[in-house]
Amino acid sequence: MTEELTQPFDAIPDACDVLVVGAGIMGLATAYNLARMGAGRIVIVDRSYLCSGASGRNGGGVRAQFSSETNIELMKRSLELCDDFATEMGINVWLRRDGYLFLARNAKRRAELEASVALQRSHGLPTRMIGPSEILSIVPEIDVSGIEAGSYNPDDAVVFPWPFVWGYARACQRLGVTVHPFVDAELEATGGAMSGALLRSQRVESLGQEKHIRAPLVILATGAWSPEVAAPLGLELPNHPHRHEICSTEPLKPFLGPLVADLESGLYFSQSMRGEIVGGVSNARVPPGVDQRSSLRFLGLYAKALTRTMPILGSVRVLRQWAGCYDLTPDGSPIIGRVDSLEGLILLCGFMGHGFMIAPIIGLLTARYLLKNEERELFHRWSLGRFERGELLPESMILG
Amino acid sequence: MSTKRDKVIVCRCEDVTLHQVDEAIARGHRDLESLKRYTGFGTGFCQGKQCVALCARLLVERGGDPPTKPITPRPPIRPIALADLARLVDDGDGP
Ligand SMILES: Cc1cc2nc3c(=O)[nH]c(=O)nc-3n(C[C@H](O)[C@H](O)[C@H](O)COP(=O)(O)OP(=O)(O)OC[C@H]3O[C@@H](n4cnc5c(N)ncnc54)[C@H](O)[C@@H]3O)c2cc1C
Repeated sequence: MTEELTQPFDAIPDACDVLVVGAGIMGLATAYNLARMGAGRIVIVDRSYLCSGASGRNGGGVRAQFSSETNIELMKRSLELCDDFATEMGINVWLRRDGYLFLARNAKRRAELEASVALQRSHGLPTRMIGPSEILSIVPEIDVSGIEAGSYNPDDAVVFPWPFVWGYARACQRLGVTVHPFVDAELEATGGAMSGALLRSQRVESLGQEKHIRAPLVILATGAWSPEVAAPLGLELPNHPHRHEICSTEPLKPFLGPLVADLESGLYFSQSMRGEIVGGVSNARVPPGVDQRSSLRFLGLYAKALTRTMPILGSVRVLRQWAGCYDLTPDGSPIIGRVDSLEGLILLCGFMGHGFMIAPIIGLLTARYLLKNEERELFHRWSLGRFERGELLPESMILG
Repeated sequence: MSTKRDKVIVCRCEDVTLHQVDEAIARGHRDLESLKRYTGFGTGFCQGKQCVALCARLLVERGGDPPTKPITPRPPIRPIALADLARLVDDGDGP
């Protein structure tokens, strides 16, 4: 990145063609693709530092094992984009394609996995059901007592999220997009159409400074903050933040191939390229709203689920824990595209706990949708309007 | 070719060098949280107890944004074994 990241507040232009609010993975991936396709002057603002939102706090899991056709197809393409990312962006994202292993502890989960595997295979994925002995041959340290079966896709992957974010940010800048961290945006509309935003500096040197920016097209990519960002426009979004905690241990010699997950407890863990075991677990009892604090209860729930699945980790020590927010929708599918009541507003939110992996492809498709009028079916199906139309969508392979 | 700057360690747990701090700041990571993420300082065994003050000083000396607070502290204060943590919740206590 260049000096541009720290441009003075008053260097932000008075007008642009596209204003992207939120410089998480979603805003950046979209800005990058819009710029590549020649969308004109693009400005992207974030109220905090890069990687401050969920995009800097996640587990880096990238998988195509889902239960709905749409997610399977999209993640397949995201994985392909991940493969090329380092070369295209000139940054190492520590991509490791050693698979995802989902465990089933009862007949119901097993049947669900079987149905998903069949669907995934019909979409060309190499996912397969495996029994306890094959689970042991892939991860010998798992305690398979009580485990009926697993589904395994050797092509699923993990990445290190931070360089992924910087890679997009740099690529944006190379294409002339200006990226402004520490700038808060309050969206503005007049007469049923977006007019731009009121920007406020969050930087020490220019704290309190404000300015308006005019933009006919505004992309709301503010993740778990989206309902609060949309509210002043009179727009009520059905998604809501849900704190999700995660932690990492002291580094160990590489031994764990796939990311291991259990949909029952919501436990997932993988070994990072730094050697740490990184993982989390479901926790329904969390404070309301955007809350990024850590809790001791999480460590207990996680440690219990993890040591049950892999008892040998009992003596390994947790070094650090942190938290971010999932951006949950009522049906588990994202909320994207245009809004009937406000011309020029594009939503890109509601990405649950899998918004990182889907961002490369959503960024690309959003640019095609906006500039070439393509992908209309997807942007209709996942639109905000579906809640009014009563067309809710199923996805059962949700972690956390 | 390595220079002396490559060898000055500012974060001992993660082997972050003065040279890396300089590079990060030159690339625009001019606040403490961004500098932490770009270099990895403060994310190792001591969780920043040894290096935060030094890195904050280096940042300010190089024209970065003066931090108004340290990096967000990440619990636990000292590393704790998973087996000990597992005893924090009762058997019936699920998500
Ligand atoms: C602990 C954890 C683990 C996860 N694990 C995975 C995983 O393994 N795989 C996966 O794919 N996904 C995972 N996720 C989910 C994933 O991180 C998110 O879905 C994804 O990062 C969302 O990206 P985003 O750009 O929409 O939001 P964010 O990254 O949250 O970005 C939104 C940005 O908007 C900014 N903003 C908010 N309001 C304003 C405003 N008014 N003005 C300006 N800026 C504003 C915020 O500062 C923030 O930077 C995980 C999430 C968490 C919390």
